[in-house]
Amino acid sequence: MSSREAILSAIRGIKLEPKPLPEIPEFGIQGEIEATFVQSILGNKGEVLSQAEFETWLTASNHPKLISRSTHFSDLSTISLPEDPHQLNDLDLAILDGQFGVAENGAIWLEDADLGLRVVPFIAEHLVIVLNKKNLVATMHQGYERIGSATSGFGVFIAGPSKTADIEQSLVVGAHGAKSLRVVLI
Amino acid sequence: MSHPENASEFLKDQAQAKWHDETLWFVRDKRDRISKTIPEWEDLRNLASQIKDNVLANLGPYLEQFEENAKKNGVQIHWAKDGEEHNRIVLDILKRHDCQAIVKSKSILTEECHLNPFLEKNGIDVVDTDLGERIVQLLHQPPSHIVLPAIHLKKGEISELFHEKLHTEKGNEDPAYLTQAARLHLREKFLGAKVALTGVNFGIAETGEFVVCTNEGNADMGVHLADVHVACMGIEKILPRRKDLGIFLRLLARSATGQPVTNYNSHFRSPAPGRELHIILVDNGRTAQLAREKFKNSLKCIRCGACMNTCPIYRRSGGFSYGSTVPGPIGSILSPGLDMKKHSTLPFASTLCGSCSDVCPVKINIHEQLYEWRQEITKAHGELGKGLSMWIAAGIFKSPLAYKISGSLMRKALKTLPDSLIYHPMNAWGKSRDLPEAPKESFQQWYQKNRS
Ligand code: SF4
Repeated sequence: MSSREAILSAIRGIKLEPKPLPEIPEFGIQGEIEATFVQSILGNKGEVLSQAEFETWLTASNHPKLISRSTHFSDLSTISLPEDPHQLNDLDLAILDGQFGVAENGAIWLEDADLGLRVVPFIAEHLVIVLNKKNLVATMHQGYERIGSATSGFGVFIAGPSKTADIEQSLVVGAHGAKSLRVVLI
Repeated sequence: MSHPENASEFLKDQAQAKWHDETLWFVRDKRDRISKTIPEWEDLRNLASQIKDNVLANLGPYLEQFEENAKKNGVQIHWAKDGEEHNRIVLDILKRHDCQAIVKSKSILTEECHLNPFLEKNGIDVVDTDLGERIVQLLHQPPSHIVLPAIHLKKGEISELFHEKLHTEKGNEDPAYLTQAARLHLREKFLGAKVALTGVNFGIAETGEFVVCTNEGNADMGVHLADVHVACMGIEKILPRRKDLGIFLRLLARSATGQPVTNYNSHFRSPAPGRELHIILVDNGRTAQLAREKFKNSLKCIRCGACMNTCPIYRRSGGFSYGSTVPGPIGSILSPGLDMKKHSTLPFASTLCGSCSDVCPVKINIHEQLYEWRQEITKAHGELGKGLSMWIAAGIFKSPLAYKISGSLMRKALKTLPDSLIYHPMNAWGKSRDLPEAPKESFQQWYQKNRS
């Protein structure tokens, strides 16, 4: 007998009482959606900028290797997407469009089509996600409603920069992935 | 060694033990505060518990559905009866890809299967990439907590370790500096690994996808650079529907560390073009636990660690004192199912105060199961029963320090625990008997004072 069969038949041999699968009610949030979203991102150690603030920041900073896949800032890229993700090791900045953001926790949803290569938002030294204010939802429940039955091979909720508190519980931003997250709300 | 013996080892460094206790309490407190910001928190816990009940009642069909959908998505599925088979499957995949070095992100299951020593014996270089896990790996230690693997260490020890292994400045204990050094060291490893291994937080029957949650982004750094992603998944990690994730992602990070969500929550459905994605479904004692009516609820665990952070015994005895992969209250009901003899003292390492059950996001009746295990263990040992409890008592009384501390601990706990906790309706311990007036002094203290 294969292990698959062994495991499944072991389970079949156990008398299990039926238990219903509950329906999930509509939960919302108390506060105003945009303000709550901004608070959540700040709490996760990210920043929220307006388009003008972002443009000022970008001109003042220096990012030799930059990939922008945002439709709002499409001509900013200084390099094109390579075939081999390893070549992105020294990527300074990635600018991506997020599909929607969740107010209660700041999580922003991105899929393969938004990323180009899956490694982009993780390997970039700094990450900018552009989000339309219209695309904010209250909680994760509405978030999954939006995802629906989408079939992207990969999708991710990003809620802040890479962080760790593994040394004596002191929070350090920039563990392995992006050292900063800026969300541009337009 | 028994739990009391190990605990008295841990308590030898009193300053460290105090820090450990207070730090975990701080994490517990953060969890409390954030849970109070969600008015429907108790509804979420009830829903999570009901969904997991439904999963356990239909585990077979859900696993088959998960497999079928994952296969449709181009994922290769493997089944492993036990840890040994799991390890062999991993090694086979590595051999097929002629891979000598792998990166791993936090997977308690691979710890449970003792994957690292097995691979190392077979000449594979294994690098744990979660910062805390890398630290304990460099020290040749297991993690002492399932969410905070290096919580038993102070930054001075980590600084010394990094000085020796990563050539950081001697004496520099700045966590930001040490983290940056680890970042550079692990970046090399990410770039060099052909195969990356991760655990699984949730697998979705309806879609065949699975979700991995981290704050560091280490799982993603590994798998998106590697040619092959191997995901190791306990068979109980199934959820029926994608939308169930809404409930579980709302509960997980808030319960674990008091943050609203982990910063990276990755949903893997199919491999990237030209890459391979494998899922290993592991039993390793889970079907046996499912068959134990009284203990099957322990399979609902989502490994948030909240029961450890709140447990007065865990906080004051450290993760290593349990001698099992998953320590703390939940470990004490999972481990005897795997090896009752080896872990027979664990269900006794509890005050049965019920705080673990109160914080558990999936509402496992942890303290009641601990009580049940005590009965089982005593029964199983038959005539030995009395001998066993004597031995447990001996474990405490033999080491005077542990005795002293466990005594004063209880006196303090009784004084400082709010009545709502002690007299919580779920608290069998508080309900079944009136709490004794806690004496201000122990007999020992009284004797010290009065003998002259
Ligand atoms: S038993 Fe409950 S509280 Fe403990 S780790 Fe599991 S889910 Fe978390």
